[in-house]
Amino acid sequence: MSSTSLTSGRAWRPTLPRRHVPVLATLVLLLVMYGIGVSQYRAFSNVQVVFNVFIDNGFLLVVAVGMTFVILTGGIDLSVGSVVAMTAMVSAAMLRDGLPAGLVLVVALLIGPTLGFLMGCAIHFFEIQPFIVTLAGMFFARGMCTFISGGSIPITDGFWTAMSQERIGNPAGNFVSISVLIAFAVVLVAAYVLAYTRFGRNVYAIGGNPQSALLMGLPVGRTRIAVYTVSGLCSAIGGILLSFYTLSGAPLIAVGMELDVIAAVVIGGTVLTGGSGYVFGTVLGVLVLGVIQTLITFDGTLNSWWTKIVIGGLLFAFILLQRLIGIRFK
Amino acid sequence: MNDTAARLRAVTGHRLFWPALVLVLMLVANTVYRPGFLAVEVKDGHLYGTPIDILRLSAPLILVALGMTLVIATGGIDLSVGSLCAISGAIACLYISKAPDQNSLSTVFTALALALGVALVLGMWNGVLVAVIGIQPIIATLILMVAGRGVAQLVTEGQIITINSGPYRAIGLGHFLTLPLAILIALAAALLVAAFTRRTALGLIVESVGGNAEASRLAGIRSGRIIFLVYVVSAACAAVAGFMMTANVSSADGNAAGLWVELDAILAVVIGGTSLAGGRFSLSGTILGALIIQTLTTTVYAMNISPQTSLLFKAVVVIAVCLIQAPAFRARFARRRSGPTPGPAAPQREKEQVPA
Repeated sequence: MSSTSLTSGRAWRPTLPRRHVPVLATLVLLLVMYGIGVSQYRAFSNVQVVFNVFIDNGFLLVVAVGMTFVILTGGIDLSVGSVVAMTAMVSAAMLRDGLPAGLVLVVALLIGPTLGFLMGCAIHFFEIQPFIVTLAGMFFARGMCTFISGGSIPITDGFWTAMSQERIGNPAGNFVSISVLIAFAVVLVAAYVLAYTRFGRNVYAIGGNPQSALLMGLPVGRTRIAVYTVSGLCSAIGGILLSFYTLSGAPLIAVGMELDVIAAVVIGGTVLTGGSGYVFGTVLGVLVLGVIQTLITFDGTLNSWWTKIVIGGLLFAFILLQRLIGIRFK
Repeated sequence: MNDTAARLRAVTGHRLFWPALVLVLMLVANTVYRPGFLAVEVKDGHLYGTPIDILRLSAPLILVALGMTLVIATGGIDLSVGSLCAISGAIACLYISKAPDQNSLSTVFTALALALGVALVLGMWNGVLVAVIGIQPIIATLILMVAGRGVAQLVTEGQIITINSGPYRAIGLGHFLTLPLAILIALAAALLVAAFTRRTALGLIVESVGGNAEASRLAGIRSGRIIFLVYVVSAACAAVAGFMMTANVSSADGNAAGLWVELDAILAVVIGGTSLAGGRFSLSGTILGALIIQTLTTTVYAMNISPQTSLLFKAVVVIAVCLIQAPAFRARFARRRSGPTPGPAAPQREKEQVPA
C-alpha cells in the first residue's frame, strides 16, 4: 500500500490528508481487534461489551482528553494519575466528614485546575522543563493522598452512590453509567474548543512552533498555562468519575495511569512534539486500550501483564507509523 | 546584558554550591533532630551508622543516575531504567533459584552475565529506536518502560522469586574493606564513567552531540553511535542497580523492583545541575543529587513519617532546587537566543555548503 501511494500519492484518494493517516490506522486497528473478538468469543458481539469498555474507561478518557491539550502544545503532564487519586481522596475524606455533596464537588473540581495552573506558571515563568515540574506535581499530589489518609476511605454519600448505580439503558438491558455521559460531554466540549475556538487554534499554533506563535502575537504564555489548567481540570473530573466508579478514595489508586494516558494519546495519533492530533484520535486510543483489556479478560488464559506488553508493542508500531509518514512527506 | 553575564558567572562558578548546601542543610537538620545521626561505629570489622546506610542505599540510585546523566547529556532521556532493573533482577534471581547450588560463585556469575546480557540487548533496542529510527527519546524509552514491566512479570510469572544465595546477597548487603560492597561498586562505576568521559574526549563528544547532534555529525563526530552508546551504558548501569535492589531483599518482584527509580534518577541528575536540554553534564553533581534524594528518604523514615508522604518533601525539594537554578536557566536561554544563535547557525550552513 505504501509503495503505490509513493508514486501516485496525489492522484490516489486526494481527499485523505496525511495528518489523518495515524487516526485512520487506529480506527482500522480498533475495528480489526473488535472483529477478532467477535469471531473468537460469541459473547463479545453483545453491545454491552462496548458499553462496558466505556464504563470501565470513562475516567481514563476524560484524563486523556486533558493530556491531548498538553501534548498538542509539545508539553507533557506526568501529574495526571496522582491528581486523579488526590481528587478521589479529597472527595472521599470530605464526604466522610459530612460535608454536603455539592460543596465537595466544587472543592474537588477546584484542586486539580489550581495545581495545573501553578505548574503551568512554573513552566512558563521560570522556564523549567514541563517534565520536571509535572513530576514534582505528581510527587506532591501522591504525597497529599497519603497525607490525607494511609488507607482507603469508603464513600457512602447518597449522591455518589446514586451517580454510581444509576443505569441509563434501553429495555433490552444494555446500559451505560452517568460517568460515560459526562465523559462524552467532556470529549465534545474539548473537540469543539480545539477545532473552533481561538484558544484551540492557539494550542495548535504553539505546538507547531512556539517561536512563530510568539512572533505572530499569539498569547503563548497564557495558552501554555491554560493547557496545564485544562489538564488539571480534566484530571479532577476524571478523579470524580473514578470515585463514582469505585465509591472510595485510595491513596495508591491510579498509580502509573499517566503512562496509559500518554499511550492512549500517542496511539490516537497525536504527535508528541506537538501541533498535530485530534481529540477523536484520543477517544480511539482509549478504546484500543479498553478493547485490549477486554480481549485479555475474555481469553482467560492470558495474564494481566500481557496487557502491558501488548500496549508497549502497539506504542512502538504507531510511533513507527508516524515516523514513516513523517519521513515520506517531509 | 552585563548584569546577566555577571550573574551567570556567579552561578556557574558555584554549580555544585546549591545542591551541596541542600545536602549539608539536611544533614545538619537531621543531627539537630537526632544527635546520634552522624555517629559511625565499627562492628565485626564493618562500619555501621546512618551515614553508611545512606551511602549503601543510595548506591543503586547513583548507578542508574550515572547512566541517566550520559543519556540526558545527549539531550535524551531514558524512562526504561526502572523496568530494566526489574527485568535484570528477575532474570538473575530466576537463574539462581533454578540452580542446584545457589551459593556457588559460578552460578551467581553466570546469572549476572545472563541478566547483564539481556539488559544490554534491551539497551541496544532503545539505542536503535533513538539513534537509527529517530524516535523521540522520551517515547522510545516509554515503550520499554511500559512493556518492560510486563516482561519482568512474565519472567517471574507474576510471582515474587525468593532466593537464598550468599554471593548474590553480598552485592546488596556485603562488606569489603569495612565499607558496604554496594557503594564500592557504585563508586567504581562512577570512576570508570568519569575516566572514560573526562580523561578522554568522549565526554566532550557526548556534550557536543547533546548541544547539536546535526552540527556534531557535520563536524565529523558519529552522533548516532554516541547516542546508541549512551543508551547501552544506561541499560548496563540499570542492570547492576537491579542486581543490588533484588540482592537487598533476596527476592525479585517484577512489579515493585525499581519502581519510580527512573524519576528519582532524573531528579538526581537535574538537582546535580545537568540541564535536561542536553549539552552539559556533571557526574559529581549527579552523585550529589542521588545522595540528597537518599538522605531525604532516610530523614523521612527517621522522623517516622510514612514513606509515601515523603513524596511531599521530595516535591518541595525538587521545586526549590529547580527554582534556585531557574534564573541561571533563564540567563542561559536569554544569552542563547539574543546573542550567539545567529552565530553558530550561520557558520553551520557554510560548513554544509562547502563540501556540496
